[in-house]
Amino acid sequence: MTATTADHHDDHHPTGITRWLFTTNHKDIGTLYLWFSFVMFIIGGLMALIIRTELFVPGLQVVTPHFFNQMTTVHALVMIFGAAMPAFVGLANWQIPLMIGAPDMALPRLNNWSFWLLPPAATLLIASLFVPGGAPAGGWTIYPPLSIQGGMGVDFGILALHMMGISSIMGSINIIATIMNMRAPGMALLKMPMFVWTWLITGFLLVTAIPVLAGAITMLLTDRHFGTHFFDPAGGGDPVMFQHIFWFFGHPEVYILILPAFGVVSQIIPTFARKPLFGYVSMVFATATIAFLSYIVWAHHMFTVGMPLTGELYFMYATMLIAIPTGVKIFNWLGTMWRGSMTFETPMLYAVGMVFLFSIGGFSGLMLAIVPADFQYHDTYFVVAHFHYVIFGGTILGALAAVYYWLPKWTGHMYDERLGKWHFWLTVIGMNITFFPQHFLGLAGMPRRIPDYALQFTEFNMISTVGAFLLGFSQILLLVNVLRTIKGGEKASDRVWEGSEGLEWTVPSPAPYHTFATPPQVK
Amino acid sequence: MKLNWRSQPAGRTAVIASWITAVAAALYATVGHAEWALNFQEPVTTIGHVQYQLHMLILWICVAIFVVVFGVMFYSLYAHRKSKGFVPSNFSHSTKAEVIWTIIPIVILVGMAIPSTAALIEMEDTTESDMTVKVTGYQWKWQYEYLDHDVDFYSTLSTPRSQIEGSAPKGEHYLLEVDKHVVLPVNKKVRILLTAADVLHAWWVPAFGAKKDAIPGFVNEIWVYIEEPGTYRGQCAELCGKDHAYMPIVVDAVSQEEFDAWVAENRTTSESG
Repeated sequence: MTATTADHHDDHHPTGITRWLFTTNHKDIGTLYLWFSFVMFIIGGLMALIIRTELFVPGLQVVTPHFFNQMTTVHALVMIFGAAMPAFVGLANWQIPLMIGAPDMALPRLNNWSFWLLPPAATLLIASLFVPGGAPAGGWTIYPPLSIQGGMGVDFGILALHMMGISSIMGSINIIATIMNMRAPGMALLKMPMFVWTWLITGFLLVTAIPVLAGAITMLLTDRHFGTHFFDPAGGGDPVMFQHIFWFFGHPEVYILILPAFGVVSQIIPTFARKPLFGYVSMVFATATIAFLSYIVWAHHMFTVGMPLTGELYFMYATMLIAIPTGVKIFNWLGTMWRGSMTFETPMLYAVGMVFLFSIGGFSGLMLAIVPADFQYHDTYFVVAHFHYVIFGGTILGALAAVYYWLPKWTGHMYDERLGKWHFWLTVIGMNITFFPQHFLGLAGMPRRIPDYALQFTEFNMISTVGAFLLGFSQILLLVNVLRTIKGGEKASDRVWEGSEGLEWTVPSPAPYHTFATPPQVK
Repeated sequence: MKLNWRSQPAGRTAVIASWITAVAAALYATVGHAEWALNFQEPVTTIGHVQYQLHMLILWICVAIFVVVFGVMFYSLYAHRKSKGFVPSNFSHSTKAEVIWTIIPIVILVGMAIPSTAALIEMEDTTESDMTVKVTGYQWKWQYEYLDHDVDFYSTLSTPRSQIEGSAPKGEHYLLEVDKHVVLPVNKKVRILLTAADVLHAWWVPAFGAKKDAIPGFVNEIWVYIEEPGTYRGQCAELCGKDHAYMPIVVDAVSQEEFDAWVAENRTTSESG
């Protein structure tokens, strides 16, 4: 089959809807993932704005408490599984073959299926809002027994999670297979770009963590419908066991979200500092160490659940340890900047912003690890502020940095730098206005996941809501900039950036439909 | 102090606690109960004080590291720019630097872990309590059973619907008021047992510094030793369904005499327990 068409392979460029439905091309699939992620980012963002609108003042104004709970739950699921994870799988699809000198992903048809599972899964998740009883409303952590109480929307959510999970597992098998088997001659493992390294490690996290989630939600499903009592104390079950299983997946999940963003920043800072990455080998080992530690700290998400003292002490110490490899990464980025020759194009602004804002989330994470203090922080807005600094400040800023960094390579055009800088500053200012006051709210005693609150929390909630609208509407600039860059603009050179290094900058801009049909030789 | 619980694990914590109190005291001044509150509500229990001091210690260590690390970064961003004609160096590793910035965080973390461990051991020690109250979470109210005093009642939100829906002005304690207050004596070690009848809840009064989940099928325990009489307000801290925001906790801390009088008045007249 392939033998007969091999001669014309390079010209093969299907058009129309079938190009996208049947594509096995890593660049097309990468593009699909990135657009899917953007659409989910907007949908999840609109849900966040509904939440923030309700919280602008105390009292119930625009939604019912039940709908509010659906919004917090679905916002989180859409953002984590729909926006953040697919964004980085999209980046991996586009960039990993280009960065390791491979002609495509190792398993192109699996790649097509990985992507095309996502739209039906997302549809199922969003559709749950419209079934009797509404969407899952027990928080994205779907703790039983509350999640047992929900209507059929919870089942929609469980099946959507299963589909997204299968997609992630297949996507990461593909990424691992590609990296292990398809590197250009001469590219030893310790010569791989950091983005490839972080994705290799993330891939292993995904194939090991997602099945754990699948087990937990399957038990939840059988508890709901088939008379099992895994999590029901009345039948001899244990609601706390769900939390242990969930967070055994959930904590690696956090690193699944952040490690590829670390990889992006490790590509961008050397480019714009015009200086090689500081401490490459220690970066690799720090990433692997973080991944390993992510599997042995899960119960720090549940310090108030009533663990024995020794358990609490262990999880506190283990969690504090993560600060060491994370610190190494931050210091290495500073070491890369130090005595470089820096310029601040939009990708560099995003990368520096990511290092700075992620670190704020890192520090609040360290505070949360301190169990006696965590008893006060737990389940308050302090936690909400913490993980938004990590996920928005880290993951999303990392993804945005990557989009601006590689967009000229993808489209062949330079984006509008002025518009990019406006987008950066409005996003960062909006984000800080939204989430920084939430630290104060949490410390002062405002629990998370409430649609209505006591009067002393009014002022900071108002500020947070104003920031959220600024943050949300600033993303229009991203859309405008990307669409304009696709249409036209200044021609990008092959190397695009003065200081860029690596195989992806040796191919033309825009990158041709098929690249590296003959593998390059890495010295 | 005359409290027996304090003599056992203290020692080292007392020393650390004393110097952090100095820093903490400066911040107390800025801590308000009402609008624009930036920090913890003022603690009124023994463990609340320990927790507050630990929180401030960790916070200031984090702030100090943050200032140093990002001071260096912003200096570099300012000084090492191409527009200033800075020529890039080409170094890409330094074993000495890497060893130093691995060792220093380890030392700082050990410094944090020691007072944290001491505080945690203290907080988890529910032995030798003077009395026990069993709290049960329901969707959406709390039940309080005074196991030593034959008192048993439910406590539900008393804020009128009209205030929530906006047809009446909101009162001072909007959403933090209940029909029946919990009454506890001051200067007594009160053990609180937590469980739930339907879904997960969490019992939390911020000024007490104690929060723990109320889980069906489990009995968790915390303890409070309230040092100052007063009325303290908190609420459920674990998502428990649509009215999660509407199951507050109000505790009146009173003298032993007032407590005894309250017990006498509220004793359930059923069979003896």
